[in-house]
Amino acid sequence: MTQQRDVLVDPIFNNNPITLQVLGICSALAVTISMTQTLVMCLAVIFVTTASSLVISLVRNRLPTNIRIIVQMTIIASLVIVVDQVLQAVAYDISKSLSVFVGLIITNCIVLGRAEAYAMQNGPWLSALDGFGNAIGYSLILIGVALVREPLGAGTLMGYEIFTPVSNGGWYHTNGMLLLSPSAFFIIGLFIWAIRSWKKDQVEAPEYEIAANVQYREVM
Amino acid sequence: MEHFLSIFVRAVFIENMALTFFLGMCTFIAISKKISTAIGLGVAVVVVLAITVPVNNLIFNHLLREGALAWAGFPEVDLSFLGYLSYIGVIAAMVQILEMVLDRYVPVLYNALGVFLPLITVNCAILGASLIMVEQDQTFGESVVYGLGAGVGWALAITALAGVREKLKYSDVPDGLRGLGITFISVGLLSLCFMSFGGIDI
Repeated sequence: MTQQRDVLVDPIFNNNPITLQVLGICSALAVTISMTQTLVMCLAVIFVTTASSLVISLVRNRLPTNIRIIVQMTIIASLVIVVDQVLQAVAYDISKSLSVFVGLIITNCIVLGRAEAYAMQNGPWLSALDGFGNAIGYSLILIGVALVREPLGAGTLMGYEIFTPVSNGGWYHTNGMLLLSPSAFFIIGLFIWAIRSWKKDQVEAPEYEIAANVQYREVM
Repeated sequence: MEHFLSIFVRAVFIENMALTFFLGMCTFIAISKKISTAIGLGVAVVVVLAITVPVNNLIFNHLLREGALAWAGFPEVDLSFLGYLSYIGVIAAMVQILEMVLDRYVPVLYNALGVFLPLITVNCAILGASLIMVEQDQTFGESVVYGLGAGVGWALAITALAGVREKLKYSDVPDGLRGLGITFISVGLLSLCFMSFGGIDI
C-alpha cells in the first residue's frame, strides 16, 4: 500500500517531472496562455500517460529490446490519435486553438520517459499509477503557470473577467509580456526556485566553487 | 526566390523553433552545458529536419490528405487521421537509416553525431516542424526551405544557450535557483532577445 502511495504521490513535489526530471517541457508551455486550453491539455496528457504506461507495461516482456522505441512510439501515437479525434468531435474550437500541440503529446518526454524508466520494469497496476502521478505533477505546474499568466496577462480566467482591463473601462492595465513566450520560462524558473527553497535536497551541487573574496582584508 | 528567402528567415529568427514555439525543450535544456556538444546536436537536428519535413510533405500530399489517393482509384478516402502515426514512423525510420548510412560512408561524422542521433527521434522540434508544415499547407519547395530553416534556427538557439551556460557556471547563483532554475531564466532572456526579430518582414 505504501509503495502504491509513494509511486502516486512522489512525482507531485518530490520528483516532479518538470522541475526535477526536466521532462515534458516541450509541448506544454505554449498552451499556458489560457486556463481552458491548459486544462484540456492536462486531461489529454493524463489520459495518454496513464494508458501508455499501462499498455507498455502489459507488453513489456514480449518486446524485443532493439525495436522497443518504435513499438512504444506506435502505442503512444495511436493513443494520441484517439485523443485528437475525440477533441475534434467534442470541442472543435479548443482543438483548433491547441493546433499542433495535441500531436506533440507523442513526443512529450514525460510519456516516453516514464514508459522507458518505469513501465518497462514494473507491473501494469504500478505503472499506470506512476504514469498518472507524473501526469498530475506535470498538470499542477502547468495549471500554476496558467494561473499566473492568464489573469495578469489578459485579466481573465477561463474566459471570465476577473480584473476588468482598461480597454473595457476597468482599472487593470494588462501586461502583454505575460502572454508572450519568455514569461513562461521566467515563471517556471521561479517555480523551481520556490520548490527547491522548500525541498532543500533538490538543490544542485555547484559546478564551480568560487573562492572567498579576501581582497578587502588586504586593503584594510 | 524572395518567397523562399522569406520563409527561411522567418523559420530561423521570427518563428524560432526553440525560443518562440518551445519545441525540443527537453533536449534543449539537458544538452546545452558545453558549446561543442551543443553544436554537434544542432548539426544533427538540421540534417534530420531537412530530410524529414520534405518527406512528410510528400507523404501528406500524395497519400494522406483528402482525395490524395485518387491516383489509386480511391478519390473519397481521407487518411489524414493517420498523420501522427505516419510522421513519427517516418522520423524514427529516417533517424535509423541516417545512422546506418553515416556509419557506413561518413564514419567521422557518425562518431561526432553518434550519441545524439537516437535522441532526435523524441525531439519535439522534429515532429513539431512536420505538424506545422501540414498546418500551413506548404508546397514541396516551401517544405524543403522550411525544414532547413527550422533546423538552423534550433541549432542557433542551442549554441547560444550553451555559450551563456558555459559562462554562467562561474557565477554565484542563489542555492535554489542553481542549475535548472537559472537555465530557465536564461532561456527566457534569450527568447526575449529573439522577439526583437519580430519586426523583420521580407
